[in-house]
Amino acid sequence: MGEVSLIDVSKRFTLRVAGEIQTVQALSKVSFTVRDGEIVSLIGPSGCGKTTALRIAMGLETASGGRVTVDGREVAGCGHDRGMVFQHAELLPWLTALQNVMFGLEMKGMRGDVLRDTAARYLDLVGLKDSRNRRPHQLSGGMKQRVGIARALAIDPKVLLMDEPFGALDAQTRETMQEELMRLHERTKKTILFVTHDLDEAALIADRIVVMREGRIQEVMQVPLPRPRGDLGRTRGTKEFADTRYRVWQALHADAPTMH
Amino acid sequence: MVEIAGRTASPPAAPAEPDTEARRRPLPAWVITTASVVVLLLVWEFFGRDINPVFGSYPSQIAIAFVDLARSGKLWAALADSLQPFAAGYALAIVIGVPLGLVIGRFRVVEAALGIYVTAGYAMPLIALVPLLVLWLGLGFKVKVATVFLMSIFPICINTWLGVTAVPKTLIEVGKSFVAPDSVILRRIILPATLPYIMAGIRLAVGRAVVAMVIAEFLTSISGLGAIIINSANNFDTATMFVPIVLLMVMAIGLNWLIGWVERLVAPWQAEIAGRDQE
Repeated sequence: MGEVSLIDVSKRFTLRVAGEIQTVQALSKVSFTVRDGEIVSLIGPSGCGKTTALRIAMGLETASGGRVTVDGREVAGCGHDRGMVFQHAELLPWLTALQNVMFGLEMKGMRGDVLRDTAARYLDLVGLKDSRNRRPHQLSGGMKQRVGIARALAIDPKVLLMDEPFGALDAQTRETMQEELMRLHERTKKTILFVTHDLDEAALIADRIVVMREGRIQEVMQVPLPRPRGDLGRTRGTKEFADTRYRVWQALHADAPTMH
Repeated sequence: MVEIAGRTASPPAAPAEPDTEARRRPLPAWVITTASVVVLLLVWEFFGRDINPVFGSYPSQIAIAFVDLARSGKLWAALADSLQPFAAGYALAIVIGVPLGLVIGRFRVVEAALGIYVTAGYAMPLIALVPLLVLWLGLGFKVKVATVFLMSIFPICINTWLGVTAVPKTLIEVGKSFVAPDSVILRRIILPATLPYIMAGIRLAVGRAVVAMVIAEFLTSISGLGAIIINSANNFDTATMFVPIVLLMVMAIGLNWLIGWVERLVAPWQAEIAGRDQE
């Protein structure tokens, strides 16, 4: 099982702007659930609170109100039940690819041969069999993020939390990584919460899309595309994809406040 | 594709490249450094000869004085005398300064409680305090160690501290998200991420430690290389006075190089990231 819920999660920041203290309501009573084995995209313009919501789900930030549950149990702080994939991979630069994956496992208490073998297995899984001993600066952006994904998957979390993981990659690499993620999802059936600002990406990979604006959920929509998604290039050409993408676009632009 | 092919064809023919590469290969750093030293020595030799030998000296005269001092064994005895408190004080500064800097940088409370002393300590006019240290620790080995220690701990500690505050927050979050305890985050994320800063601090401290050593030898029991400097200055033997001075500077260069070597050994990724590993 792996189900993560945000229940009435709110978040206020206080900022000091030119000597005045301002309160920013980053999240207002946000509630949604990512069901077992499901991929949910959290999408919205920058500053809408999507990353804050993800970070609260991970336990990297505390909510001002509300709670987060994993499989119905409330969680406080970080835990091995959730695996985080960071926006820029955030590999430790002094460790090799293999050691980076091992780091997460070690923190879970794994030692010895099992540790090495498990890390190697997950690197193989993301297609980096031959780059185990490279350091991050010897890896391309896509490869780094593969290591980041392997590191999070290796601890076998119930839920994978991904924070715009492909946002910094070039368009072609991004498409490859999206395919790769679909393949990994087929094999592992992980529950995934995926933050993105990319309409195409949200519609391509998700089962459901949560559209956020100004700290609130604007709309939750079902993606009518079958699984396995298979060739994403082909999926992009389908009417269902185009319709979904358009619906998300509409939700993001409906009675747009004077923001632009 | 056609367009791309057209573009790659436009620059000059590829086979010419290795040739120009070879012709443009830059001079190795050591050649430049050697040339610089040779030029300096020649200029010094040329103009130094015109100066009254009490007011200045020049390389060949210093070299003769060096040979005299070395033959008599006085120089090596003095060097050994100086190096012991130097090594002890400097090592102590590293052993205490690095963990102290890590803790100050990592924990807000410690930073608020101890940060000001480190900042103030860096600016402490130590030379004025040496007489006080003498009252506490006597004239011997201990006060020399303390002087070297007090001069060199602050750059090490401050650099480490600054290094910790410069560690990207996201790297620490990587540790947190995998539920790493604070001690593991400090040892396995913050320490390696701070290593380049620590090594820079250790390098900066070399110069200060050397100065501190000589100050201590001047102001406490006159001994070591400092004694040679003072005694020859009192005898207006300027050339001999320069021998330990030059020796100390050469030693500092050697130590600096050694630290650089250690840095590449313990933090090889840093040189690789900065693209300096080919040099």
